[in-house]
Amino acid sequence: MALLMATVSLLLFAIFDSDQFRKQIAVAELGGFGVAALSEADYTDWIAKRGLDAPFLERYVSWVGQVFQGNLGHSLEYNMPVSSLLADRLTSTGILAFFFFLAMVPIAFTLGIVAGIKEGGLLDRIISIGSVVSTSIPQIATAVLLTVFLSLGLGWLPSKSAMVAGFSMKELVLPILTLLIYDVGYVARMTRASMIEVMSSNYIRTATLKGLSSAKVILRHAVRNALIVPVTLVFLQLNWLLSHIVVVEVFFQYNGFGQMLYNAAMYGDIEVLQAAALTASMVAVVSQLLSDIAYALLNPRLREVK
Amino acid sequence: MSHSISLQKTRGAGLSRLQLVLGLMGFIWLSLCVYVIFPDAFGAYQSYITLPAAAAVVAVYVLMFQMWRGSRIAIVGLSLVSFWIMVSVLVPALPLIDPNKPIAPFLSPGSSKDGLTFWLGTDMRGRDILSRALWGSQRILVWGITSTASAYFVGISLGLMAGYLRGWWDEVFSYLTNVLLSFPVMVLLILMLNYLGQSPFNVILAITCSSAPSIMRIVRGLALQERSRDYVHAAQVRGESALWIMVMEIVPNIRGPLIVDACLRLGYTTVAITTLTFLGLGLQPPDPDWGLMIREATSSAMVWKFAYMLIIPSLSITTLILGFNLIADGLRELSLRD
Amino acid sequence: MTNTMNSGEVISAGTAGKGQVPVLECRDLCISYRTRAGEVPAVINFNMRLMAGEAHGLVGESGCGKSTVALGIMRYLGRNGFIKSGDILLNGRSIVSMTEDELAQVRGGDIAMIYQEPMASLNPTMRIGEQLAEVPMLREGLGRKAAMAVVEKILAKVRLPDVARVVKAFPHELSGGQQQRVVIAMALLANPKVLLLDEPTTALDVTVEAGIVELVQELAAEFNTAMVYISHNLGLILETCESITVMYSGEAIETGPVAEVLREVRHPYTKGLINSIPRIDVSRYERPLTTIAGQLPLPSARPQGCFFGPRCSNFVAGTCDQAHVQMVPITATHASRCQRVAEIDWERPAEEGKLRQKAEPGEVLLDIKNLTKTYGKVKANNNISVEARRGETVAVVGESGCGKSTLAKVILGLESASSGAVELGGKDIGKTPVTKRDRETVRNLQMVFQNPFDTLNPSQTIGFQIGRVLRKLGGIKDEAEVQRKVLELLDTVKLPRDFVFRRPRQLSGGQKQRIGIARAIAGEPTVVIADEPVSALDVSVQAAVSELLLDIQEEKGTTFFFISHDLSVVRYLSDRVVVMYLGQIVEQGPTEDVFQPPYHPYTEALLSSVPISDPSIVKRKVVVSADVPSPSEPPPGCPFSTRCPYAIKGVCDKDQPQAKTFANGHQIACHLSAETLLAMQPIILDQKAS
Ligand SMILES: Nc1ncnc2c1ncn2[C@@H]1O[C@H](COP(=O)(O)OP(=O)(O)O)[C@@H](O)[C@H]1O
Ligand code: SF4
Ligand code: SF4
Ligand SMILES: [Mg+2]
Repeated sequence: MALLMATVSLLLFAIFDSDQFRKQIAVAELGGFGVAALSEADYTDWIAKRGLDAPFLERYVSWVGQVFQGNLGHSLEYNMPVSSLLADRLTSTGILAFFFFLAMVPIAFTLGIVAGIKEGGLLDRIISIGSVVSTSIPQIATAVLLTVFLSLGLGWLPSKSAMVAGFSMKELVLPILTLLIYDVGYVARMTRASMIEVMSSNYIRTATLKGLSSAKVILRHAVRNALIVPVTLVFLQLNWLLSHIVVVEVFFQYNGFGQMLYNAAMYGDIEVLQAAALTASMVAVVSQLLSDIAYALLNPRLREVK
Repeated sequence: MSHSISLQKTRGAGLSRLQLVLGLMGFIWLSLCVYVIFPDAFGAYQSYITLPAAAAVVAVYVLMFQMWRGSRIAIVGLSLVSFWIMVSVLVPALPLIDPNKPIAPFLSPGSSKDGLTFWLGTDMRGRDILSRALWGSQRILVWGITSTASAYFVGISLGLMAGYLRGWWDEVFSYLTNVLLSFPVMVLLILMLNYLGQSPFNVILAITCSSAPSIMRIVRGLALQERSRDYVHAAQVRGESALWIMVMEIVPNIRGPLIVDACLRLGYTTVAITTLTFLGLGLQPPDPDWGLMIREATSSAMVWKFAYMLIIPSLSITTLILGFNLIADGLRELSLRD
Repeated sequence: MTNTMNSGEVISAGTAGKGQVPVLECRDLCISYRTRAGEVPAVINFNMRLMAGEAHGLVGESGCGKSTVALGIMRYLGRNGFIKSGDILLNGRSIVSMTEDELAQVRGGDIAMIYQEPMASLNPTMRIGEQLAEVPMLREGLGRKAAMAVVEKILAKVRLPDVARVVKAFPHELSGGQQQRVVIAMALLANPKVLLLDEPTTALDVTVEAGIVELVQELAAEFNTAMVYISHNLGLILETCESITVMYSGEAIETGPVAEVLREVRHPYTKGLINSIPRIDVSRYERPLTTIAGQLPLPSARPQGCFFGPRCSNFVAGTCDQAHVQMVPITATHASRCQRVAEIDWERPAEEGKLRQKAEPGEVLLDIKNLTKTYGKVKANNNISVEARRGETVAVVGESGCGKSTLAKVILGLESASSGAVELGGKDIGKTPVTKRDRETVRNLQMVFQNPFDTLNPSQTIGFQIGRVLRKLGGIKDEAEVQRKVLELLDTVKLPRDFVFRRPRQLSGGQKQRIGIARAIAGEPTVVIADEPVSALDVSVQAAVSELLLDIQEEKGTTFFFISHDLSVVRYLSDRVVVMYLGQIVEQGPTEDVFQPPYHPYTEALLSSVPISDPSIVKRKVVVSADVPSPSEPPPGCPFSTRCPYAIKGVCDKDQPQAKTFANGHQIACHLSAETLLAMQPIILDQKAS
């Protein structure tokens, strides 16, 4: 895991160490956003001044050191340290993510379990079709349709979530709903598949033929085994969320991590982009680790191996 | 029992239905690619070069319909997808208003002007929405299918080597995969397009890099499973080469789950491309594109009255993705039956 | 199936007299499954009367409806199965008309069930103790603590070592035999009146099986539990049950007291079944197997009249293919579903199979010298030396995990030897992987695999798969020639020629196995390694495939290197036997000598564990403990010392025994003196006068 993190950070460092990105920073720093051209001489000077002519590995090590001290560079667009910008935006996105998971996990698990109890039953069919449809609507389309109907049409909710007048719970609803519609469908589907597999296993037969009531069989024997895979999946949704937060935040103008990443990419705020990419990938690596740990903890067969 | 039993059959050759379908789909795809990539190659006949593909679409539809008759879901999906493919093939020859020509802005659906009827209205620049929505399918399908195919080619090759050859191949490819999968997809796409610059080719490259790792994982898992089966041992025992075993023995037996996955992934890829255009990355204006239509409308027409500008492209993309997902679902259902 | 045909069908086996109420009774039970192809009757007019404490055996080949009967009794038929008609009575109460609540009382209370796969029957994420404690908590309303105490008592009763550990263990931490003991304990906890055992030992090794069978018998006697024992193994039923029902294609075709049914067979199918089972006490030269032609009809395509008709050698058109055949009583307790039961001469010996002549083996072809193969710490093969001569069959026997398959892999070049040599025609190939071997070597060493469902590539036609070998190894370029040869090979393995077009899923297990054999011999190899080629097949199919292998050997002089855990099949097929235990050879020699004293103590235990389906035979019992040491930590001295009843303290657990040589090159690696070994009694003691 540590090795993976090191590789990922090295890769990111190398990408942002390329001439192409360096020049963008140089242009911005030296001349502000207006200047297009940059003379070779100025560029060489700038490199020397920044100490960018030192050997690659040396700079990588010192960069890692800086990162650990929380020094992630300077945002040209916002004219503030990247670290404080990042902290601010991560908090906003954290709030969004918190409510998202709070709603997604119980809804998706319940739907999946209920559908999986009786494969092919009426409830199963309704939930299954619902989940295919909900996972078929791309995030932008969901965002558009929800805004059009709930906000433009019915006027129940604000169409933008920029929170200009301070934090507003109401403005969180549409972005969270947009994320939920896809992901509840997805996680419910996976839970259902897992539940169906468990329900057809021999140990469920054993439990039933012990004379346990079907409620007991499901609660005591089936659910626990059926949730192993979905629980690990929930951790992986963190990675998924980081992807989808971009379009949702941009659409609703929510000032979170995704929008920061997007703006940095669009306006060439390179050090912000680098920090954002680094953060996103580290979160993804950690979520994978958490997912693996959860699997090992829930699965007695793996528990001892670890 | 005589020797009349044909030689062809013992070779396992003969054109199977699957091969026929694949061939026809390849033809449709090529026609569209030629049309989109070389817009001026055929001069005045340009609008007609995709017409033969329309026949192919019908043929594929009929063949697949027969194969998937058992699953209503798959048939609905097939119909949705075929509809959009048909549209993208026919659209150059249809009597549509020029999708890029500004005529009169903000016309509501059904209104007419200058003797032209705008069935779905016009957008804020005065361009015909119906025409733009139909033309939009073409770009999405060409780039969506091309990048999925490219991701599949890479993913299957690496996955087979990792899963069948094991050893160092596996170590290296699995590690590479893990590195790439450590980036959330959208972050990877934004980063790559920022680094490489925005062009259709780079979109394909970026999507390949983001999709191939998961495909590789799936193929690797399937190949691992197959390699422990006795028919693979039998091939090894008779001294077959690794290439033969991977391509001739293993691939045909893992194609079921791969086709299902491919349908889902076509959906993901299409969404990714649309999303990129929506974000202003990737494919560039002014050519019509669903993501672009939403982007333009959100910046200037966020009012209930003009909501049709948003709804139409949203529904277009949704029906296409729904089609892919329904096919995947139906195929999974069919595969569980036998 | 109409209901009119079962009038008067009241005959069923049962040792107890009339008047008593049976604990369990099936009356004209019909069970069907709803499938896409329509409704499929899986069990038809099944009758059974089970008295308290009685053990009733249910035998038949796979798919004949045995499990369906058991699950039907539990009313647990999945989503698509249902009881179509008939009744199941538990102490006179109808199970069929019970409510769900009443059913829950019966399940695991009055009737408990034990299944084939013990691992799959236990919840993988729940500790053994908790899973078991549920039963007394539910039945007797005990608290957790009290329930646990009950659980510990019952676990000790099924003779699990270290009960305290087992209670806390998860299922995967126990061996297969231990898991099955846990499942039995779970069943006994509710003190059921009836125990249904569905192939409880099929997945286990013979010595483990013997232990479980003994346990079940003791416990049933102690608790006076009635049992329905399902198995495909007639011998096992003979050892465990008083009465038997033989099933064929969903019907009971013969029923009665076990010994009587086996001695005085009154149905051609039962007779065929008995004659197709190889036995450890006779060789193929004394008792060739007969095979049953054809195969089990699909439940959706059963023939008119007698279901067994198309395969029956006593079939008479106009008699057997008319009305549905009824059960015909023979004695008060014995009945047969054969139209011609009174006409057939049952004493006439079965048409004998082909009597074979002993052939002299030729020169040494395959010579394995001091072969060792290690995987990390595990010595999967430890200093193995075996040779195989032209035209002979060398069998390697041993229980699962003893290193048989590793040996095959090394010989074939799928794994490479850690040390020692594998010589084929004088050339060492032990360390050459198959891809590096020259074509001659590859051609000369081919393989037949165990699992018929895995051995053929599902997406290639049969013709292509055989043809590929001809082109690749036979070096045949001419397409017409390939074509001709493929058809010839199909003739050789006795399959119709139009199979060339078919794909594997259109074939039955036995047919697939024949194709596997055709493919192996297509390149005319001198040595064929056969890894359990018949063990996944039903007995009648097993016999036919065994005969096929012998025919091929006779015709082509092929050397077979035959790997098996089944001693009866080994006795039948092989000329020489190698017995392996924990990666080492403990005994080897000519088949006749290995199956007679002197025995290696392990071989003796193996032989004693094999059930024999002949009531006139008396067997000497040797039961050894079931706990096989882990291959990664083998005992320091003799590998068998942890289980051996003869083990000499201070010797066997310290020093590796050297091989002692007896007559005909018969070798036994044991510390016991030659005199002691020679003084051993045979396992088959006596033929009771019948
Ligand atoms: N769930 C099911 N659906 C449809 N057919 C089934 C099902 N289970 C068993 N069968 C069919 O019923 C017949 C009897 O099967 P089974 O009772 O399992 O036989 P046995 O236990 O003797 O091997 C077979 O033909 C089998 O294919
Ligand atoms: S009824 Fe006829 S076909 Fe059936 S078993 Fe008896 S003799 Fe054979
Ligand atoms: S050497 Fe000792 S332990 Fe081993 S088989 Fe002989 S008597 Fe038993
Ligand atoms: Mg069964």
